[in-house]
Amino acid sequence: MSLLDTILGRTKPKGPQLSALFSLPAAAVTLETAAGLKTSGQAAVAFKTVSGGGFAATTTDLDALLELSAKESDSKLKQSEDSYGYHWIVITDPELEDLVGTAHAINTTLEEQGFGPQLLCSVFPFAGGTQTVNMVYLYKRGTFYPFASAAKETRDNQLELKVRALLDHELPIEKDLARWYPLWGLPLG
Amino acid sequence: MAITRFPEDKGLSARMGLTMFLLGLLYVVFVAVLFVVIKSVLFVLVLAGGLLFAQYFFSDKIALFSMGAKEVTREQAPELHAMVERLCVMADMPKPRVAIANTDVPNAFATGRTPEAAVVAVTRGIMHRLEPQELEAVLAHELSHVAHRDVAVMTIASFLGLVAGLLTRVLFYSGIYGGGFGGRDDRDGGGAAPVMVIMLVSALVYVISFLLTRALSRYRELSADRSGAILTGAPSQLASALTKISGDMGRIPTRDLRKAETVNALAFAPAVSKGFSLSSMFDTHPPLQQRLDQLAEIEAELGKSG
Repeated sequence: MSLLDTILGRTKPKGPQLSALFSLPAAAVTLETAAGLKTSGQAAVAFKTVSGGGFAATTTDLDALLELSAKESDSKLKQSEDSYGYHWIVITDPELEDLVGTAHAINTTLEEQGFGPQLLCSVFPFAGGTQTVNMVYLYKRGTFYPFASAAKETRDNQLELKVRALLDHELPIEKDLARWYPLWGLPLG
Repeated sequence: MAITRFPEDKGLSARMGLTMFLLGLLYVVFVAVLFVVIKSVLFVLVLAGGLLFAQYFFSDKIALFSMGAKEVTREQAPELHAMVERLCVMADMPKPRVAIANTDVPNAFATGRTPEAAVVAVTRGIMHRLEPQELEAVLAHELSHVAHRDVAVMTIASFLGLVAGLLTRVLFYSGIYGGGFGGRDDRDGGGAAPVMVIMLVSALVYVISFLLTRALSRYRELSADRSGAILTGAPSQLASALTKISGDMGRIPTRDLRKAETVNALAFAPAVSKGFSLSSMFDTHPPLQQRLDQLAEIEAELGKSG
């Protein structure tokens, strides 16, 4: 934040960075060969809704677009609200490329309509054996971090750090570990 | 090109800039007068500087202590932490520490000189009274204070009032007891006249800077309302939270509130030492109606289609 912004007490809403999402498919190859983790065939995009007609019109556009892309790529979509007031769009498709593509379509639609600052994160789960790790993409920072839940509301930090070591050169991994926030109760599965 | 949905309020920025300019001007004039009239202002400045320093560096602890708030871990308040985390992700800011005050008075405040050292605190009362979405709006308001570095800005802005207030008091008591400045000046044959002038100027400066600081504080509140409402995308949630809290706040006279007032009267710069509280306690906040009007405006701006 600039000094002038501090003096005048204003913040500009932070816009999202969208392009880093496309480095995920390459990283997925490494995850599969080195750790045996494959996409679980789902992805989720979370954003905060805005009150008023402008956003309502945008979600109508979004629904039309999603219906179209679902027909083209055979992916399934499910929408829900979580207890924190965020809207989740869950995409189901066996191909990671299609998951990323559909997520990107959602992102750009919101961005074009000026609601880019409302994007929270998107989540791409990878599973293998008994383990599941969610790759969480932080829009505002353009970085990923791994989130693996072990038992009820505890994290498998070992797996998370292992994934970081594996993908460090292929994905922009969030360097500040304090920002690896847990996301309990994901509307996936 | 993407549409910009979130316009800034140029008028508000301009009014705030003017207030700060006037404060700065007043400061310069005051210091100039001081140096002309007496030469030994150094000790006043050192003393006031020390107080400012303490307030700046211990503001988080002072505020938490005066409100009786304790930091809580993620395990103790998972929902509150998750709410703050999500807002921080949206705003791309480091997560402040989270504290809860065990009192029934509905209030919330933010403190800490930098976003890295910040604390956001809520009372049990506000958590009980508000719906989750309203509480989130309140937290977004407090996080905006953190992002705007309001503690640092207000500490610096209230420095002048602090010096002037201190000087007035020191001279007043030294006049009564016949010691201090008066006595020394009399020996030089200077008389009590310069002391009277400083006392009057100091008192005047204190009053004016007090009013300006309060005005500045109110503008910072409106700014935080705006940023907070835009962050959550739901101005109406903050509006309803404000209505609930202000209504209750005016009606319930509890022991805790009196205690809070005592603490506040003891502090030199109330706006800083109590952090940035949400309720309109000490006129450091704009009237409820003005805040609701602004939120309704933002609601209309956000609602525009196309």
